[in-house]
Amino acid sequence: MKFLCVECDQQMAFAERQLPGDGTLAATFKCPKCGRVVAMLTNPMETQLVSSLGVEIGGRTVPGEPFEMIREHVATGGRADGQTGSPTWSSDAQERLSRVPTFVRGMVKRIYADYARERGIAEITPAIMDTARAELGLEGM
Amino acid sequence: MRTYHQLTDRDGSGLAEQIGAQRRRVAERLAGVSRIVAVMSGKGGVGKSYVTANLGRALARSGKAVGVLDADLNGPTIPALLGDADARRTTHENPAPAVGLDGVTYISMGQFLEGGAPLAFTGPATESFVWRGAMEASVVRELLGDVEWGKLDVLLLDLPPGMQRYVELCDLLGTPPAVLTVTIPTPESRDAVRRAMRSAADRGSALLGIVENMVGGELKGSAADELAAEFAVPVLARIPWHPSSSEWDRLGRQISDARHTTHDARP
Repeated sequence: MKFLCVECDQQMAFAERQLPGDGTLAATFKCPKCGRVVAMLTNPMETQLVSSLGVEIGGRTVPGEPFEMIREHVATGGRADGQTGSPTWSSDAQERLSRVPTFVRGMVKRIYADYARERGIAEITPAIMDTARAELGLEGM
Repeated sequence: MRTYHQLTDRDGSGLAEQIGAQRRRVAERLAGVSRIVAVMSGKGGVGKSYVTANLGRALARSGKAVGVLDADLNGPTIPALLGDADARRTTHENPAPAVGLDGVTYISMGQFLEGGAPLAFTGPATESFVWRGAMEASVVRELLGDVEWGKLDVLLLDLPPGMQRYVELCDLLGTPPAVLTVTIPTPESRDAVRRAMRSAADRGSALLGIVENMVGGELKGSAADELAAEFAVPVLARIPWHPSSSEWDRLGRQISDARHTTHDARP
């Protein structure tokens, strides 16, 4: 996918990426000639498709870690029967987790998931994350 | 107005660079692997994983360094077949493969799924068919390219039924892997396996030969002989319901001796 400034006949360049926290994604591209900016907005399914490729629009800020896709996207617990398993993440919690640097995100996610699982919490929300941080002494995560 | 291919400047999105880096990582991890052999079929339930595991053990007993990639993400059985005592050794922080029976190393989605849980991904539930295939392909890429395989004489790829995973692996490897085909004697299996062999041959894979599994029981037919004649490849083994280790050793020797100069994994 590329963006062309029709008026300038100029290829536009990536400028900024935003994750509003509702599963959508916004990426802005700017014309290097006239400065016009357009935003590409993706719905949750489209955002997930990009994520499924193991890439980040705008490039990575840190190198990939082993099994990054598996640890970030595979729900490793039993779920179909609604019994034990990994808790779900609210969209707000996912957005907050996405701001954690990639190289520690898997570890942080696991800590919160373990915290929730041990307490029978089905969904991790920002409030749960705050409580876990306070109880576990995880300031900064 | 210019079209897609006429826009050749870097746009700063970094997508092409990231995909390229993923491919390079796979190539680097497999740099020490001498041969890659995909064990496949067009049909489910013919014993691909069983053949893979026992072939791997036979090769290991003959002194080869053998690794197995369990590419069946939704029905991983390699940990059970190769011994899972060491399976949990592979973690996100420790990307070394598990060490199974006879020293065969392996990686399997089964090592990451808790307590028999099905493979499930986080993400939007609606229209998940759009992204699930891409997600599975990325998981295979990680199992292939994030594991520290080290130096291997043979890496066996245990493929699920169908051709989807084979195609993904061709793309990831850059070169189609050599293929060992597994069938059972029946005409139904023959027809399904024929399609798979044609697809693999069309892609450029070297067809090493056929293993006919579950021979000597109530399954009737001559699938292996018919496919061997049609594709001009040998029937490498006919595996009875209760094979001895010597039968697997014979198959191991045949795979070791198999000559295929084109489309093999590495020079």
